[in-house]
Amino acid sequence: MRYSLIIAALFIAASAQAETPRDFLTRFEKEAGSPASAERGARFFTAKQGGEWSCASCHTDKPTQAGRHAKTDKPITPLAPAANAERFTDAAKVDKWFRRNCNDTVNRLCSAQEKADVMAWLLALK
Amino acid sequence: MKKLLPAMLLLVALSAQADNYRLPKNAAFEEECTSCHMAFPPQMLHADSWRAMMNDLSKHFGTDASLDEKRRVAIADFLVANSGGRKTGTTRDAAGKPLLRITETDRFDKKHREINAATFKRASIKSPANCTACHAQAAAGDYNERSIIIPK
Ligand code: HEC
Ligand code: HEC
Ligand code: HEC
Repeated sequence: MRYSLIIAALFIAASAQAETPRDFLTRFEKEAGSPASAERGARFFTAKQGGEWSCASCHTDKPTQAGRHAKTDKPITPLAPAANAERFTDAAKVDKWFRRNCNDTVNRLCSAQEKADVMAWLLALK
Repeated sequence: MKKLLPAMLLLVALSAQADNYRLPKNAAFEEECTSCHMAFPPQMLHADSWRAMMNDLSKHFGTDASLDEKRRVAIADFLVANSGGRKTGTTRDAAGKPLLRITETDRFDKKHREINAATFKRASIKSPANCTACHAQAAAGDYNERSIIIPK
């Protein structure tokens, strides 16, 4: 009994921690209230929107490849989950970088719809 | 001579110490301050410069590097505790404002006097802040002359 309690507790702790890339698509679609479009996501990711940078400036327009920080030149590991199992597994990290990188590229926070679209596109990349 | 020896030993010890920029271990600093660039050594700026930088992270050299408040305070404390004091001087500009760039400090200028501005602008270097372009071991806090190669 004691052991099964511990195991159950561990299980809950583990499942609270580990998110999968699909969970983020589900979450953003729910927040947006409408389904995501990978096609819109691709356009959003690769086009500059008034600012100096698009997402692709640092993550490339093929995010299964490694990128480079547009200002510092530091290498960035691939963003697409198919190429990098560490991506989109931690909600605090995902939220932090969407906040920062959206501010840097579109000068505001991204909408839930935009995040859902980007997720759908990144998940479709093989 | 007997009196001179300890003094000489002290001098040797001091000068060996003088250029130690090894990074003190700190998980929050490593996680949050090495994602966009290598870790800049806390020892290279005065505490006032670090405080000023850590108070304005959402406009960090043209990028948003904002953090949650708990982490921000913890990292600011770490940087201040390991900041350069006597060695870096005050790291302020002519008007008395704390400098935010290591690359604008007198000490950086002095160490890089022989490098001209055009070299820093080469495509392979881009910016004086790109320490790793020339100091192969900079990310580990090693700026020793032995590991310097200026790329073409
Ligand atoms: C100026 C460079 C730059 C731009 C522009 C940029 N990013 Fe990033 N991005 C980074 C860096 C640096 C990281 C963190 C380093 C790392 O995790 O490898 C990162 C991390 C992320 C992460 C974290 C993913 C995870 O779970 O690890 C997401 C999501 C992300 N970026 C999305 C975007 C989106 C969407 C855009 C466009 C709105 C964008 N980025 C534009 C540099 C950039
Ligand atoms: C979102 C990306 C990002 C994050 C996160 C980030 N920085 Fe920076 N930092 C930059 C950019 C961009 C520059 C300017 C580089 C250049 O001019 O070549 C810079 C420059 C600096 C410089 C000045 C370098 C010089 O010219 O001497 C220092 C010091 C610095 N950062 C410290 C930090 C510290 C400390 C943290 C953690 C709290 C941090 N950075 C986190 C992007 C970032
Ligand atoms: C263009 C190449 C280049 C870049 C970029 C560069 N350095 Fe240097 N650095 C040198 C050279 C060359 C020397 C040796 C100068 C001499 O001995 O005359 C040097 C010397 C030094 C020294 C003194 C080493 C010693 O043993 O006395 C330090 C410390 C240092 N650099 C730190 C930095 C930091 C920090 C950065 C980034 C913010 C940086 N450098 C960027 C080329 C560079």
